[in-house]
Amino acid sequence: MKKINDEFAERSVVHPDECGAANDQVATESLVGSNLKYLGVGILFGIIAVKSEIISWYRIQEMFRLHSFHMYGVIGTAVVVGAISVWMIKRFNIKTIQGEKVIFHAKPFHWGNVIGGLMFGLGWGITGACPGPLFAQIGSGLVVVVVTLLSAIAGTYVYGVLQNKLPH
Amino acid sequence: MKDFISQPWSWYVSGALIGLTVPALLLLGNKHFGISSSLRHICAACLPGKVPFFQYDWKREIWNLFFVAGIVVGAALAVNFLSDHQPVKVSANTVQALADLGIVADGNLAPVSIFNFSNLFTLKGLVFFVIGGFLVGFGTRYAGGCTSGHSIMGLSTLQWPSLIATCCFMAGGFAVVHLVFPWLFKII
Repeated sequence: MKKINDEFAERSVVHPDECGAANDQVATESLVGSNLKYLGVGILFGIIAVKSEIISWYRIQEMFRLHSFHMYGVIGTAVVVGAISVWMIKRFNIKTIQGEKVIFHAKPFHWGNVIGGLMFGLGWGITGACPGPLFAQIGSGLVVVVVTLLSAIAGTYVYGVLQNKLPH
Repeated sequence: MKDFISQPWSWYVSGALIGLTVPALLLLGNKHFGISSSLRHICAACLPGKVPFFQYDWKREIWNLFFVAGIVVGAALAVNFLSDHQPVKVSANTVQALADLGIVADGNLAPVSIFNFSNLFTLKGLVFFVIGGFLVGFGTRYAGGCTSGHSIMGLSTLQWPSLIATCCFMAGGFAVVHLVFPWLFKII
């Protein structure tokens, strides 16, 4: 683990521990003005999520039944494009638009990756949605999914309460 | 062009665009792609209580909530303005497998026979909304990420724990569809 950690830049700012979606920007951001660009990326992501049908319960069924290549193609292509992008950012030392160095973190292994991963997989198969598509399903008009989202928030809360009692 | 956009997009166009979310967020502000974190930030903002896991400066992570708000808006825009309103095509094998469970492939994004408010207080609603949602929220946080944070961002940065997590996501999904659904649909 040490070796992998060394390959990643040290954390420059304090995050909630285990934060999957870290914010490494050093420059301060205004509440609305700075954040509108992430709203914009989110809007594009929501459009893509609908147009690719990855938010469809049926597409998730096809995936887990190996009846269609679609979801594997989408996720596989996303990983390849993401990996090439990350490689280019590192290789050419591409800076953020604020001129800051892009920070990467190691995600250390813990048993939650396995146990929590299996639990999420069960939920994914049932609801046909991971967290992103939950939001997209609501936007697409499946209003009842608000209940699923509230339950997911409750699940996250219960994890937070039980965290120290669970094997990691 | 209008026709091209209003059709469902192929896997390679969709996948490439989703992959570009990774560098877009990194270069716009050193942000790491990960959506399940938004659930944690909502907890931290609304009901932190005395739980240490939710005691952090959630306002610093608020970009993530703007991002998911954008997903809701984007999905609404896509459905209302960028769609040809053709029924969602489902592979014949899946149509048959679902028919065996008593679910009709109705051409919507999700079967209306399950995803409607009248099921809310039934066993079906308990399983599909409450239990399913709870597993998504609990599981992703326990796993330290979801499909975006582990499967896309984690694999893009070549992290083996993310590969393990992704395999477990898939294993859980295969288990529920092949082992649980056949008896589940007999009782609900």
